[in-house]
Amino acid sequence: MKLFIWAYLGLLSGTSMYLHQDAGLEESMKRGEEIYADFCITCHLDSGEGVAGTFPPLAKSDYLMQQREASIRGVKYGQSGEIVVNGVTYNSMMMDPGLEEEEVADVMNYILNSWGNRSDTMVTVEEVAQIQPR
Amino acid sequence: MKKSMYLACFFVVMTYISCAQKTENEVATVENPPFTPELLVDGLQIPWGMEFLPDGSMLITEKAGEIIHFKAGVKTKVGNVPAVYDRGQGGLLDIQLHPNYAENGWIYLSFASEEGAEKGGNTAIVRAKLVDNALADLQTLYKATPNTTKGQHFGSRLEFDREGYLYFSIGERGERDINPQDRTRDGGKIYRLHDDGRIPDDNPFLGLENGVKAAYTYGNRNPQGMALHPGTGEIWIHEHGPRGGDEINIVEKGANYGWPVITYGINYSGTPITDQTAKAGMKQPIHYWVPSIAPSGMAFVTSDRYPGWKGSLLVGSLSFQYLERLELDGTKVTRREKLLPGTGRVRNVRQGPDGLIYVAVEGKGIYRLQPRD
Repeated sequence: MKLFIWAYLGLLSGTSMYLHQDAGLEESMKRGEEIYADFCITCHLDSGEGVAGTFPPLAKSDYLMQQREASIRGVKYGQSGEIVVNGVTYNSMMMDPGLEEEEVADVMNYILNSWGNRSDTMVTVEEVAQIQPR
Repeated sequence: MKKSMYLACFFVVMTYISCAQKTENEVATVENPPFTPELLVDGLQIPWGMEFLPDGSMLITEKAGEIIHFKAGVKTKVGNVPAVYDRGQGGLLDIQLHPNYAENGWIYLSFASEEGAEKGGNTAIVRAKLVDNALADLQTLYKATPNTTKGQHFGSRLEFDREGYLYFSIGERGERDINPQDRTRDGGKIYRLHDDGRIPDDNPFLGLENGVKAAYTYGNRNPQGMALHPGTGEIWIHEHGPRGGDEINIVEKGANYGWPVITYGINYSGTPITDQTAKAGMKQPIHYWVPSIAPSGMAFVTSDRYPGWKGSLLVGSLSFQYLERLELDGTKVTRREKLLPGTGRVRNVRQGPDGLIYVAVEGKGIYRLQPRD
């Protein structure tokens, strides 16, 4: 009986933590969607498809999914120099959008979990704060 | 035989029709442009504005907040530049000399400013003098309100007309349903002031309760190009549409340019903004671009340095990364040409006092188009 209660409590707290994180992600994505519409959509377009050869895609982007730190750095400080996204080389400059750390986290959570993208780990303000310019 | 004659006539007519459409809607690539681009100033990030001083040197604004004085091949940072709100499309933006700069020394700047009570920023216009390579006697001529943390649509191009009035653009700051059609709110408008910031007493909204006294037009979205027409003396602007629907307009006192009630563009999501492209009381553009080229910078060619170019209009394209030349017959665009294809995001274009064309490209610098004789 004791074991059952412990297991029950454990399950309950686990579930609530899971749900809580999910709600946190959802809220962050919602704020991120607004940031996206304000700062990113003009080049990367509504469905993250980008413009072939000019503005790299975010939807189903191997760079975004595999280069998490570099992607956050790009959003936080701007991006220049060559990058390869889904086998295509891009060399456009993205200016520093001037976002606050929380906004960087929000827009990262939005693009990491939209248009077929899926990330298991939520981007937090702390994670963004640790990333320094290169 | 008869049948084949008809067929031939039909063919000729169809060819004619398709060619006629081509000149209006397509941009032609040029095999042998009459110039060679030379990178004059390198190592620039976002060279938003540029001006030519009487001694042949240049002043260049970097969006991040620096003014660079480029003289005899050397870049020097200008001191005492006001703090700018460098976020999204905001930052240090355009620069323009007073028409009588040689006598009075006034330099005009536009930038995104945090001045004011609310968080965020909005477009400010100041003037100052260059003394010992630093700005002095700084005066704020206009500051749009309220501030907002939204990152888009500051407008900010500056131009003087022949009577000495200063014109500038302020975009709708991402509030398309609130600002552009409301003549009591800043944003989505072209403004007109005396050179010292006073409101001209014939500005159009002075009689309107709470009207924006400095405003001269309304219903604009985000004009990032402005130039004095060398023939008529009118102020021409172009402005970014949403997805499609970039426009060239001529500034007229009190006119409504229709945003967002009428537009040739659609939302970034592909959904319509409106099904109307025309309405009584709203100006039609003299030209519109579908798809959007994302125009920035605007200059009329008045020199004879490039054969066949005199009288045409040059416009930078941010999204397609080239310089566009538009041939005009009065206010009608008769031909579009793509120059410097793939050069990078063209932020600005000016004709220098030497009659040569200077093109500012993001991430690269400033190119001078050397005529090929």
